[in-house]
Amino acid sequence: MLTCQEVTRLITDYLEGKLSWKDVLRFQLHLGMCTHCRRYLRDMKVTMRTLGMLPRGPIAAETMDALMERFRDW
Amino acid sequence: MDLAMKLFKRPHGGRSRGASERACAAIEDRELVTRLLARDPAAFTGLVRAQHDSLVRLALVFVGNRATAEEVAQDTWTRMLAALAQFEGRSSVRTWIFRICTNAALTRAERESRSAPFSSLQDPDGPEVEPQRFDDSGEWADPPHAWRAETPEKILERAEALACIERTLDELPPAQRAVVLLRDVEGLDAEEACSILQVSESNQRVLLHRGRSKIRRALEKLLGEGRFPC
Repeated sequence: MLTCQEVTRLITDYLEGKLSWKDVLRFQLHLGMCTHCRRYLRDMKVTMRTLGMLPRGPIAAETMDALMERFRDW
Repeated sequence: MDLAMKLFKRPHGGRSRGASERACAAIEDRELVTRLLARDPAAFTGLVRAQHDSLVRLALVFVGNRATAEEVAQDTWTRMLAALAQFEGRSSVRTWIFRICTNAALTRAERESRSAPFSSLQDPDGPEVEPQRFDDSGEWADPPHAWRAETPEKILERAEALACIERTLDELPPAQRAVVLLRDVEGLDAEEACSILQVSESNQRVLLHRGRSKIRRALEKLLGEGRFPC
């Protein structure tokens, strides 16, 4: 049986599909019984999705102009 | 769905791309390259608008300041155009551009004799979760708290949460920061991140784990309801 601390250590290996099938089973068995670790996994996924939605800064108009000039000269 | 299917479904939320999605992306890439080679300005501005800020962010990991990172990003576009005719489509256009940017930034950092950050995995590091939050048997003594904002949209509506993420990202050791940027912020897969940063798959995974865990930890500290002072 995995401990909660082990779950927090293995979570990326789990999400990356790098655990053996036996460990996937152990991991999921633990999750099935532990609301705290389900919460931890959920928070980790929310963190990842939040990172994927970080706003991008717009490119400065003069930078774009300079790059277009390079493109025309290319 | 039967139990076995449920147990063995892909644990990841479906972020990595499947074969058909990859094939579509490859066709789009080929069209993009064709249009660029035909000197279609709209193709170029579209690509630059979509990626320039990401390049600045990535370059900033390696070079000291924003102005230099901006120069590196601009230089990346020049290098990309110069090499475009040789682009063979072995990777996606984005991966290729990120690789050009990384190489340009590393060259620049070397010239300015900043130490290269990818020499080792010996980033100074704390654990994923403070050890005192577990009891002696490794079970939660102080379990994860509910967050005041529970979805990415709600989190990003909060200026202090956005600032917290940006600050934590900036404070990550460079190798972790680069991996988190490429994987989680840009959504590239492990193979792409490894090829851009020239690290092994297992190193990449360790770096991702450490970086990602720290960002979760910072968000919990900020948004967790209950015992955590901000």
